[in-house]
Amino acid sequence: MLDVLTGFVAELRRSGLPVSVTEAADAAEAIRHVPLEDRQAFKYALGATLVKSSAHWRAFDTAFEVYFSLRGSQYEIGTDELFGTREEDVPGGVGAGEVRERRDGAGGLEAVSPEEIAAMLYRALRDRDKAMLAAVARLAVRLYAGMEPGRPVGGTYYFYRTLRNLDLDGVVERLVDEARGTVPGDAEALTPLEERLLEEEYRARVEELQREIEAEIRRRLVSDRGAGALAQALRKPLPEDVDFMHASREELVMMRRAIQPLARKLQARLARKRRHLRRGALDFRSTVRHSLSYGGVPADPRFRHPRPSKPEIVVIADISGSVAAFARFTLHLVHAIGAQFSQVRSFVFIDGIDEVSRIFERCETVTEAVHRVNQEADVVWVDGHSDYGHALGVFRERWGRQIGPKTSIIVLGDARSNYHSPEAWVLKELQQRARHVYWLNPEPKSYWGSGDSIIEQYAQFCDGVYECRNLRQLGAFVENLV
Amino acid sequence: MSGRDEGGARRERFASVAAVREQLHSVGYLADDGLSGVVYLADRLGKPVLVEGPAGTGKTELAKSVAAMTGARLIRLQCYEGLDESKALYEWNYKRQLLRIQVEQGAAWADIEEDIFTEEFLLTRPLLEAIRASEPVVLLIDEVDRVEIETEALLLEVLSDYQVSIPELGTVTATQIPLVFLTSNNTRELSEALKRRCLYLHLDYPSVEREREIVLVKVPGISEQLADQVARIVRSLRSLDLKKHPSISETLDWSRTLVLLGIESVDAETTRETLNLLLKYRSDIEAASKELGATAMTA
Repeated sequence: MLDVLTGFVAELRRSGLPVSVTEAADAAEAIRHVPLEDRQAFKYALGATLVKSSAHWRAFDTAFEVYFSLRGSQYEIGTDELFGTREEDVPGGVGAGEVRERRDGAGGLEAVSPEEIAAMLYRALRDRDKAMLAAVARLAVRLYAGMEPGRPVGGTYYFYRTLRNLDLDGVVERLVDEARGTVPGDAEALTPLEERLLEEEYRARVEELQREIEAEIRRRLVSDRGAGALAQALRKPLPEDVDFMHASREELVMMRRAIQPLARKLQARLARKRRHLRRGALDFRSTVRHSLSYGGVPADPRFRHPRPSKPEIVVIADISGSVAAFARFTLHLVHAIGAQFSQVRSFVFIDGIDEVSRIFERCETVTEAVHRVNQEADVVWVDGHSDYGHALGVFRERWGRQIGPKTSIIVLGDARSNYHSPEAWVLKELQQRARHVYWLNPEPKSYWGSGDSIIEQYAQFCDGVYECRNLRQLGAFVENLV
Repeated sequence: MSGRDEGGARRERFASVAAVREQLHSVGYLADDGLSGVVYLADRLGKPVLVEGPAGTGKTELAKSVAAMTGARLIRLQCYEGLDESKALYEWNYKRQLLRIQVEQGAAWADIEEDIFTEEFLLTRPLLEAIRASEPVVLLIDEVDRVEIETEALLLEVLSDYQVSIPELGTVTATQIPLVFLTSNNTRELSEALKRRCLYLHLDYPSVEREREIVLVKVPGISEQLADQVARIVRSLRSLDLKKHPSISETLDWSRTLVLLGIESVDAETTRETLNLLLKYRSDIEAASKELGATAMTA
């Protein structure tokens, strides 16, 4: 048992969770107090001791499913049924015998046709029959996933292949249609609200099924390749570590959710920092005046009231395809903590450049604003490929005079200018006028200067060029900015 | 961590996870497996529980309910910025000390000093009070994310060793280990040191089924059908992109209003009219009514 736990903790650390020795010891202590056959209790015992942040729960969940997957009697996968030869040689996890009644229908596995599965699926969703849902998941995976032993995959492919064959949308539609017809007192149809609620209910059930299918596929993969190998394939970065440039759609949604709390935390921390910056410089005049009451001895030094200046921010963001996600998150974050700056102005460009500050001011939520920036900003000049030189030139011409010694300029982009002229002198001039010029580059440092990247030419006129690949780095930069 | 096993006088409050759940239910708090499991472990391991989650999901209520079901006294420390030792731990009663000094004018200073630093002159604040209590207590440290990081350190000694060191008096150790709950709205990251000492529980919005149960238990006179509708509509609202999603307490307010208005079944119209009970931002209300209106038009 201890071996499995140590392996599990090591896996959590590899996925980036900070698990201390004390916490691991607590976990070992905690599982002594819960009945091992109760899988849920076991999971929560580990969760409460090992995971100390809700953002890490997903990583924990994945690892848990892999290391302690169900291998009770009703989940027994006959070796011939699955991959032919392999024995179960996984390190013995907890064979959690979750008591679930075994359905006869799920027992006779051999002779099920696609039609029968569809019928079962329909019934399971309609009646919300959990045991039946589990059975459908198992059958569907067996029939449709077409799993091959030994392949080093995480199972996503199998998952989608199974779903494609089940036509879940169709089933939900059919269920809703049917409900429409069979409301008590036929005459009145469902109100739109009821229909919406009903559909959401069925969708929730479908999600339940999807989770079952995923679990089933994992179960099979674990018995094929062992927990350690699978955990490695499934390991996903934590939301704050996801790379902007390579985030999947699902990860983007996750990051969007993570950015709100991040902004709130930054806001709270910055406000606090400002307040605690108590002491200003020595106020000489006041000190001398007060010294008179001590006979000329400056016993009571006086200080000026600190007036920490709020910086003025100008964000110039490249929103061409390759770095759009990065620009969106940065704009989102900067505007969300706008109260910490005296003014935030944002400009977006591809090869043309346009000011979008007004859009942010008018919109209630930042999400909406970011959405509208994409639609309304006039950023294409010739062909819609990034042209840093031209964009900077136009910026200087139209707004350059408004850059003063209080302004900090932040340029966002990968500086891949498609071999256009860099016009780096513009940046030099801006730097002379502004307080600071920073450049945030979402590319890994090792790529800088390769191909059409001209970051080196701009870098000499910046006060700092930072690699900014994920929310963590972005947060750190913004905090230092104030 | 020390003294956990040597505590001697410790007795276990709960027999099993299921017992926790039942007892919580009996005082009107519906817990799921995870929650009751963590409460059970908190008792067995003698560790504090850090409860995190969006506002209005029953974090504070949990501590109150646990106190109610174990028949313990609830001691509450509300955290705020600027909270310090003298508000959280203990303070010397200066006025009484001064009076004493005046009364004993002429006595040797050593005697007086010995005199005025005794428990008689000690004002206990919530943390010390919880440690010194001889009867069972539940200590609730509410909104711990509001104190500064430096102040957090005050809590550490209490939370891990259940003792308080007072320089003039020595160390006060707990006679019995109280159940401790810390709540946080997650406005800032708590320090690792604090997190390490606690069990972690994340309370999220409940599932439809649980929410329906909660409504049924907490709102007298509501029909099952209405409760079901309420729970579903609230889930629907939570799936929208809003500034602030409706919390459980707001769901309950809404249900009570519906019952008061004598409404049997909610339709889009009633929902839109009473939306201000669920959502507290104008932009949210507009977005939600638009969403509900939009479904009305497409059908």
